[in-house]
Amino acid sequence: MTVASPNDFQESLQPQGWLRYFSFSLDHKVIGLQYLVTGFLFYFIGGALAGVIRAELTSPISDFVSRETYNEVLTLHGTVMIFLWIVPVVNGAFGNYLIPFYVGARDMAFPRLNAVAFWMIPPAGILLIGSYFITGAAQSGWTAYPPLSITTPALGQVVWIVSVLLLGGSSIFGGINFIATVLKLRRPGLKLMQLPMYCWAMLGTSILVVLSTPVLAGTLLLLSFDIVAHTGFFNPALGGNVVVYQHLFWFYSHPAVYIMVLPAFGLVSEILPIHARKPLFGYTTMVYSILAIVVLGLVVWAHHMFTSGTPPWMRLFFTIATSFIAVPTGIKFFNWLATLWGGKLALNSAMLFSCAFIVNFVFGGITGVALAQVPFDIHVHDTYFVVGHFHYIVYGGTVFVIFASVYHWYPKFTGRMLNEDLGRLHFLLTFIGFNLCFAPQHWLGLNGMPRRVAEYDPSFTTLNQISSVGALLMAVSSLPFLYNVIVSAFRGQVAGDNPWNALTPEWLTSSPPPVENWIGEAPLVQHPYGYGVDEDSLSVQAATGRDLWSGAGRR
Amino acid sequence: MTSLATSSSATAAEATAAEDHGGHADLRLFGLATFLVADGMTFAGFFAAYLTFRAVNPLPAGSTYELELLLPSINTMLLLVSSYTFHRSGRNLLLGRMGPCRNWLLLTAALGAAFLAGQMVEYFSLPFGLTDNLFASTFYALTGFHGLHVTLGVICILLVWVQTRNGGRVTSADPFGLEAAELYWHFVDGIWVVLYGILYLL
Repeated sequence: MTVASPNDFQESLQPQGWLRYFSFSLDHKVIGLQYLVTGFLFYFIGGALAGVIRAELTSPISDFVSRETYNEVLTLHGTVMIFLWIVPVVNGAFGNYLIPFYVGARDMAFPRLNAVAFWMIPPAGILLIGSYFITGAAQSGWTAYPPLSITTPALGQVVWIVSVLLLGGSSIFGGINFIATVLKLRRPGLKLMQLPMYCWAMLGTSILVVLSTPVLAGTLLLLSFDIVAHTGFFNPALGGNVVVYQHLFWFYSHPAVYIMVLPAFGLVSEILPIHARKPLFGYTTMVYSILAIVVLGLVVWAHHMFTSGTPPWMRLFFTIATSFIAVPTGIKFFNWLATLWGGKLALNSAMLFSCAFIVNFVFGGITGVALAQVPFDIHVHDTYFVVGHFHYIVYGGTVFVIFASVYHWYPKFTGRMLNEDLGRLHFLLTFIGFNLCFAPQHWLGLNGMPRRVAEYDPSFTTLNQISSVGALLMAVSSLPFLYNVIVSAFRGQVAGDNPWNALTPEWLTSSPPPVENWIGEAPLVQHPYGYGVDEDSLSVQAATGRDLWSGAGRR
Repeated sequence: MTSLATSSSATAAEATAAEDHGGHADLRLFGLATFLVADGMTFAGFFAAYLTFRAVNPLPAGSTYELELLLPSINTMLLLVSSYTFHRSGRNLLLGRMGPCRNWLLLTAALGAAFLAGQMVEYFSLPFGLTDNLFASTFYALTGFHGLHVTLGVICILLVWVQTRNGGRVTSADPFGLEAAELYWHFVDGIWVVLYGILYLL
């Protein structure tokens, strides 16, 4: 049997142009962009839901929406943002687009599994959003704690479970693919310790996905039995145990925070060296701190449960383990600072978002260490302090990196540059809006304003209104961004293959890249961060497949 | 138009994927093994839940953790023997002896089906139902989830049996189908041994 060459295929069978983004395409770049655009769609839906929440909270009484609707909205906001925006985008979108380039492969290890993983997301999203209009959405928050999730309307909760199970399955399939690709698909001659940092981040993330997501899936199956078949696993009235649900849930959902933030660490480690024109500082310590975070991340879950009657030894263990995570995270933080130190910084939009990420993340990290301490945690548990902390990590951390990455890789995706002025405007609005929105929530929480409640004490009104103004600014900030990404795709300045003079492999091919990534052999990039060492090496033509930097420069 | 193009491109990709793996080694078994780690974690979550329930939650008066041991012990033996018969089938495939390979496969599937039948007999003879108490619910959830895996396994074995026919897809040159089913089957057996230990013996 003769096998059609890849190019024949492309011409004869694959849908061309924009149509292929609506097809069951096996090309990792198409799948990556499918993830990215779908993710942004859900980001704007989740953002609108956040807008409803902030609008409701401008006044102490429940007037904008009914209390039940408020519960539905906050549940949908959390679920959409975590499972349909952050996890698919920071893993699926950038992972699928970049990882095959970084390991010198033409595609992921299992292209069809990859497409299946993506196409599980739209039905899950439609189920989740549709449940609001058809059956009424779940009302028990993204944590779905029983007995609340058993006593609130069952239909919406079951649809929620089915949706999350689909998304979990998608995430596991993606994780299997990333592990196989990074470990087994490296170009001959490329060693593990020569990989760009994002590969390590995705390897660590995928290990967490594969180990922890199935536990959530099993737990939600049991929860669905409780709701549908009236078993009593988590129902105290039937002899069940709600704390077991919390343990199992957080065994996934704490690692989930690392699933959301480790890839962002990886992406920012790619962006900083390029725009600072310096090698990534402390490559080896970066790798080991990722692995340390993976191991520690699996044994800290009960710090979410200090008020759930956990015994003292458990509190002690989980406080210490959680505090320890600050060490590898701190190592990474200082490595980024050292990468910037003395560099030739180009403060473009990608760099601004990356630097703001460092600032926001340090703030969220400090409140995180504070929350790990039992006495403090008991004081602020389930208050707006936790909401503020979480959003500093996930918005100030991960979403800022997603924006930085869009500015950084847009030229590769489309072949055109984004407008810098609009980018800086977007950054300024986002940064001010974000801090205005979430910083006051720490004060609110310290003073005892509970989360997830539509009404609050009138003394909290002013700070809540400031927070809502911040949210409005964040909403406005997405306008220049949207205009920018849509218009620049047609009218943007042509980027060329390598507008940032970068050394990582995705820049060593055309923009956008050909179907199998390179015409000819994949380049062997053994020093992806060899900036500022050998200027001549930057002018080497990429697509020839020669050994580009072996022997020259440092890591 | 779009759907036509989509399906034809998938078929063509399938054809090339079967021929070579984009110039790299065949990673399908590695991928399956990674998936089985994930699947094993689902069971680990169930086991942890069961052990915690048992340690913390007292059963209502009159109910007990004690179960009949004879039938599940026979079932355990059936599964262990089936792992051996599957192994024999795999060895015969690699040696190119398709006849014995297929017979051992059928025997394995029969043992798996016998296990499921035994499980059914046990279910109908038990004095408690799904919602009677926490132990009953956990018992049915654990054995049911495992039984689902065995059912899938038996279906896979029968599919492989069809594929090993003359001119089928699974040959000594391309044994992936059988190897994958075998890996999965050993995994399901291993899970049963743990399950038997904590559910029946403990």
